[in-house]
Amino acid sequence: MASSSSNSPCAACKFLRRKCQPECVFAPYFPPDQPQKFANVHKVFGASNVTKLLNELHPSQREDAVNSLAYEADMRLRDPVYGCVGVISLLQHQLRQLQMDLSCAKSELSKYQSLGILHQSIGINLLGGGTNANANANATATHQYHHQFFPREQVFGGFVDHHNHHSGGSNYDGGILAIGQIATQFQQPRAAAGDDVRRTVDPS
Amino acid sequence: MASSSCTSYANSPCAACKFLRRKCTSDCVFAPYFPPEEPTKFANVHRIFGASNVSKILQEVEPHQREDAVNSLAYEAEARLKDPVYGCVGAISILQRQVIRLQRELEETNADLMRYASCFGAETTSFGGRKSGGRGGGRDGEGYGGY
Repeated sequence: MASSSSNSPCAACKFLRRKCQPECVFAPYFPPDQPQKFANVHKVFGASNVTKLLNELHPSQREDAVNSLAYEADMRLRDPVYGCVGVISLLQHQLRQLQMDLSCAKSELSKYQSLGILHQSIGINLLGGGTNANANANATATHQYHHQFFPREQVFGGFVDHHNHHSGGSNYDGGILAIGQIATQFQQPRAAAGDDVRRTVDPS
Repeated sequence: MASSSCTSYANSPCAACKFLRRKCTSDCVFAPYFPPEEPTKFANVHRIFGASNVSKILQEVEPHQREDAVNSLAYEAEARLKDPVYGCVGAISILQRQVIRLQRELEETNADLMRYASCFGAETTSFGGRKSGGRGGGRDGEGYGGY
């Protein structure tokens, strides 16, 4: 945290054109080299509201509070209609989309896994089926069944059709975590969004 | 969010003017968006943003966008009052982490699907937009994270 120096007023006092006192409440959080930060916060929230907010908090929480206010102010200036709420809305939409995709993918995967188990169980039956009256029949059936996996059209056509595979609900626990203990990372939404793009996803 | 406007009440001052203890005139900028039966909405917005800042924001946006603007300000104000340190940025942080987590999980599931598909010699489609085979359905991908 930057502290006010006797020579250099903090960004807030520079903006407000006043003397920056040693006990200035803004000085630790609005260093003189970040004038835009205070300008934005002042424009959206106002200096007195920010002062009141900071005074209600423990000193250890004030830096995070200022940074979150700066982020909100920045978002509001970029998008005067929705501000941060636009970001929330977008993220919620992304989350819903991901949940649906994950649900479908898991549903598809479970089918393969079932086939894998079935295949294994047939293989075991063959190995241990010496006393089984149907061992030969099983072997033949398995042999035919085994080959049925390879012609794509016969067995897997159904699995490739994804249009109707919307399994009800996702296994993903979408519960919101408690807010209190989060170490905030104030990423710019575009940067964060860019970082989140996975290369497996085709750009739209 | 819907964008319908409310009419100002001729006899009853809007919540803003009631709060500010002033006469609610016919051209009151707050009246369409702060009806008298929702006093808390304006009280919250006033406490966090201040009346003059809200007025300036409303004047900067188109009339048909003002209701959405007020509602988003009210949402942010309420979030800030519930969580004075992080406000609605806390929710953004949580959502971002959830998105990252789900993307990772989807990648892993797609990788598993690819493995099974190659074992069985079948075609399949990755979910989340990437198509590995030429046939069958598969959902059109949408870019995640484009703003």
